[in-house]
Amino acid sequence: MSIALLAGPPPAQGMEGFAEHQQRLGSLPPATQLIDAIERSNLRGKGGAGFPVATKWRTVASQRSGTPVVLANGGEGEPLSRKDRVLMEQRPHLVIDGALVAAAAVDADDIVLYVGADHTGAMQAMHRAVIERSAAERARLRLVSAPVRYISGEETAAIHFINDGIALPMSIPPRPFERGVDGRPTLVQNVETLAHVALIARFGDDWYRSLGIGTASGTTLVTVGGAVPQTVLVEIPQGASVADAVNAAGGITSDSDAVLLGGYFGGWVESGAAWGLSLDADPLRQLGYSLGCGVIAVLPSGRCGVVETARILAYLAHESARQCGPCTFGLRAISAAAGRVAGLTPTPGDLEHIQRWAGLLAGRGACHHPDGAAGLLASALRVFAGEFQLHYHDRRCSVVNTAAVAS
Amino acid sequence: MRDRVTLGIDRIKCDGHGVCADLVPELIELDDWGYPIIRGGAIPQSVLPHARRAVSGCPTLALRLQAVASPSRR
Amino acid sequence: MSDQLLWYTTRGAGAVSLVLLSVVVVLGLLARVRFETRGWPRFLSAAVHRDLALMTLVFLLLHIVTAVVDPFTHLGLVAALVPFGSYYRTVWLGLGTIAFELLIAIVATSLLRQHIGARVWRGIHWLAYLSWPVAVIHGVGTGTDGTAVWMLAIDIVCVAAVAAALVWRLVAAPPDPLADERRVAAERASFGTGR
Repeated sequence: MSIALLAGPPPAQGMEGFAEHQQRLGSLPPATQLIDAIERSNLRGKGGAGFPVATKWRTVASQRSGTPVVLANGGEGEPLSRKDRVLMEQRPHLVIDGALVAAAAVDADDIVLYVGADHTGAMQAMHRAVIERSAAERARLRLVSAPVRYISGEETAAIHFINDGIALPMSIPPRPFERGVDGRPTLVQNVETLAHVALIARFGDDWYRSLGIGTASGTTLVTVGGAVPQTVLVEIPQGASVADAVNAAGGITSDSDAVLLGGYFGGWVESGAAWGLSLDADPLRQLGYSLGCGVIAVLPSGRCGVVETARILAYLAHESARQCGPCTFGLRAISAAAGRVAGLTPTPGDLEHIQRWAGLLAGRGACHHPDGAAGLLASALRVFAGEFQLHYHDRRCSVVNTAAVAS
Repeated sequence: MRDRVTLGIDRIKCDGHGVCADLVPELIELDDWGYPIIRGGAIPQSVLPHARRAVSGCPTLALRLQAVASPSRR
Repeated sequence: MSDQLLWYTTRGAGAVSLVLLSVVVVLGLLARVRFETRGWPRFLSAAVHRDLALMTLVFLLLHIVTAVVDPFTHLGLVAALVPFGSYYRTVWLGLGTIAFELLIAIVATSLLRQHIGARVWRGIHWLAYLSWPVAVIHGVGTGTDGTAVWMLAIDIVCVAAVAAALVWRLVAAPPDPLADERRVAAERASFGTGR
């Protein structure tokens, strides 16, 4: 299986330093016509939204309200995802290279590297990597250490933290590309996206497209967890299947009924349908799925989908930025009701309430947090429909034998 | 040429006072916790004066009128 | 024009202004309480508050203009516009000028609210808590009727009404359900120091 980002020294050797990086990959070429190359390579953002990268760059470059800023987003608030911190820990120079050429392409001077404070390995590696760069580059790079919360990797939350020290989302308009860091047009790009950019800048879009399977192009990082020997980060070609990714992670360790695709912001898929899914943005979206920030979690046998969903909802309710009423109170109520259903102590009306409240979440917050929760919940109600009914009507769980489940 | 406008809202500024639902119930109703559910799409001309009153009457100025084409939070 | 007429108009318009202003303040205080009956919807409080505030300004202007043009008082425009700029009862009159100018600021920012934003508007609007008591004190100290029985009776009723509304607001205003939530979330999303 082809590997691009994680090519080079094995993980055990830790961070790849600048000298080795330059020797292995050659020096970074200037960013001439890079946006066109990115466009031909079909690169999509790896932060979860999957937005076409070239389009984003053109939009930022066309703003007239100040010198742009590049924000390399390594916030990684999704608990099931490891890719950003591992990438920064092992290949920080790929990320920095990508940020530098992005800055050149959109005429930005300053680059902010946004990293989670708790991700100490990534913080240290990025710090060392910045020191290894030339003085001119160092002057433009700013490493920012942010709180690690689910919401702190959201675009406007990152900007808010850099500007005012609070990693909570802000209302749009204005959007980051209009007004962001210091009120300037800001290009927010996930660190993995920038690493791909660093390779496209060197080796071209033809090469990048050839890494994918079929019409898909490039590779993607996926954190595979759950019923696998251990949670691992794998790099797979776009267009590979979910089964390919899981096999690259060591294969499944138990039977499984369902797969969580895209992490807490994604949704459940019946495993029968999941294994053959091609990990390519457009085909997935047409089926109503998304790889999101590259998370595949396989539900082990012996774990109940209703219970796991209730646990995720409790987390999402707790992690709400608590700035908008519908999200703060809606998620809390849904989480409480789901917890009761999971714990086999439902209050009459809980299931109907869950369904009604879920319909009142999407689009009614300042950011997409409630939308993600609503999507996850909808997929759970569909995939685990029978189990929800069993929990609610019969107060029984077919998977776990005891009542004390939702802890 | 008439511009089609719709109601936009800043969900962070909104504190759930509910004055808007009083002033333009054709477009806004309140959820279980007192926060507005806004009907999307272009505002009918007959309702537009009420919508304007709701926009200026909001205690936190969370509501605004915006062109229909611009994508936004509901 | 009869000097007496001007003088009576000044005092009368002043008293009416105070009464109207007191009603405006009461309605403003009750906004937070979300007062509502079947015959009095919530938006009516806000609408009457606004209309009476404008009416207050009209009577205030009448009060000020008749006082300024009155040949007996020799006040002149300066006294009306510059606080403590008059020789006649300097302090008490000056307070009236202050109360008037605060009111102008409040009304102007309210009319321009959508252009200046909620935070600036609310900050200036709080000056109402200063403008009203200053107006009351001005009324007691300035006019020759300041301590007349009928004027004192009006003062007492106005002060009682505002005090009652203030107590009602402090006791019955529902707390913002998101206030605590936002604080908790902001603490968690920062390192405590902010930047």
